[in-house]
Amino acid sequence: MTPFRSAALAVVGLAAFLALWEAAPRLDLINPAFLPPPSSIPAAFAREIANGAWPTAVVESLSHYMVGLGAGALAGVALGLATGMFAWFDSLTAGIVRLLRPIPGLAWVPFAIIWFGVQPSAAVFIIAIGVFWIVFFATQGAVRGVDRDLIEVAQAFGFRGPLARLTKILLPAATPGILVGLRTALGQAWMAVVAAEIFGVPGIGARMMQASSLLSTDIVVVYMLTMAGLYGLFDTGFVALQGWLLRWRA
Amino acid sequence: MSGPIIDIRGLSLAYERDGRRTEILSALDLAVPRGQFLVIVGESGVGKSTLLRVLIDLAKPSGGTVHLGTDPQKTRTPMALVFQDARLLPWRRVIDNVAFGLERHGLSKAERRERAAAMLKLVGLSDLAGRWPHQLSGGQRQRIAIARALAVEPEVLLMDEPFSALDSFTREGLQDEIQRIKAQTGKTVLFVTHDIDEAVYLADRVVVLAGSPGRIAADVTLAPPRPRQRRDAALVEAARHLRAELSRRSAEL
Repeated sequence: MTPFRSAALAVVGLAAFLALWEAAPRLDLINPAFLPPPSSIPAAFAREIANGAWPTAVVESLSHYMVGLGAGALAGVALGLATGMFAWFDSLTAGIVRLLRPIPGLAWVPFAIIWFGVQPSAAVFIIAIGVFWIVFFATQGAVRGVDRDLIEVAQAFGFRGPLARLTKILLPAATPGILVGLRTALGQAWMAVVAAEIFGVPGIGARMMQASSLLSTDIVVVYMLTMAGLYGLFDTGFVALQGWLLRWRA
Repeated sequence: MSGPIIDIRGLSLAYERDGRRTEILSALDLAVPRGQFLVIVGESGVGKSTLLRVLIDLAKPSGGTVHLGTDPQKTRTPMALVFQDARLLPWRRVIDNVAFGLERHGLSKAERRERAAAMLKLVGLSDLAGRWPHQLSGGQRQRIAIARALAVEPEVLLMDEPFSALDSFTREGLQDEIQRIKAQTGKTVLFVTHDIDEAVYLADRVVVLAGSPGRIAADVTLAPPRPRQRRDAALVEAARHLRAELSRRSAEL
């Protein structure tokens, strides 16, 4: 199939989906209060912008997202590198990892609220935990998979300490694997943003819960689409960054 | 400075795996005069590569001594190694691959680039400075690896079957190139190969390693002046002699 044709089909599919969605509440197949037609969304969006709720919620959520992602990724890369580089540290932490790893990120919500209250830091904490595990395992695997021959090159040229090994070989060689983990984490963190905010930390999730309790489903849809848009933006940006960082690959 | 640049006495290397002891090298004596192009030939598994790995400290000998006549102040890098597969770092552009070894020599980035550029010129690949390794042919990669080793200005250049993975045209081109570089820089070269024709074409002296564990089976000095002709009668005769020596040795073992 030509790229044009497949793009055209994608548009057709999307149009059919929207038409069906529009028809269902209009033909009273579904109560419009349960499913607002897409034509009502732009107006709802305009209202949310006009009353300032949308920009506020987006800025709040993005700040949770960025800080949580940054903290989780940093800790994941650091500990992933350490366990990948030092067998003793890997053994030392293996038991702890086995114990904590299976606990879903959202299971930390009670503690997040007890420790941080219904505060941005609680949302950041939840997001960071989810990101941490993904990035940790991706980094550890990438470091273990580094070609021993390249490490030997560094040794042959006199780079024999762990720091030199890390900066000259391990980190650049593991970058592709780490980036794959980070991209997964990028999506995972969005899920965590909503989940964390549904418990009341101000942001997109909290605003959605508010709207839903007032049966303003059109506003709920506005934020669902907002999240799809923001995630798309971040993922596109990340893929571009990844392409640039890995421009040395065939 | 006088005396050999490398003086190996009674070198042995063995490793143990699953309770079985395997000897790679045993009681090896070898002295390499400064400036010599020494080629070590032998079948795979006789410890040729291991010898180079011991010299550059990638492998620990289990006995014997290696005395280096290299500068004791280590103001110069004693050795640099060219691996069989070029082993360029794929995330570095060609010029930064060549500059790699210089990054512990306290040079500024500009100085490193400058020296790397000079090395690229020496191997005739200045045009490729900005390329990524994956964009190069096998022969180009190996020349970059040679430039990377020469960049640290080693007193001894170690080469571990550097041309064996290349097609014969590229291989012959690089054989001429390394002779030219050797003539230009006057370096001591320790070159490992399993190709006898390559050995006699390049060497001032050929040492044959044979047996398991590897021992020196023949030590031949080659006089023909450079640049050499591949079909030079003396070289052809030397190759014939070495082949005979090798097959006699492997028949004995």
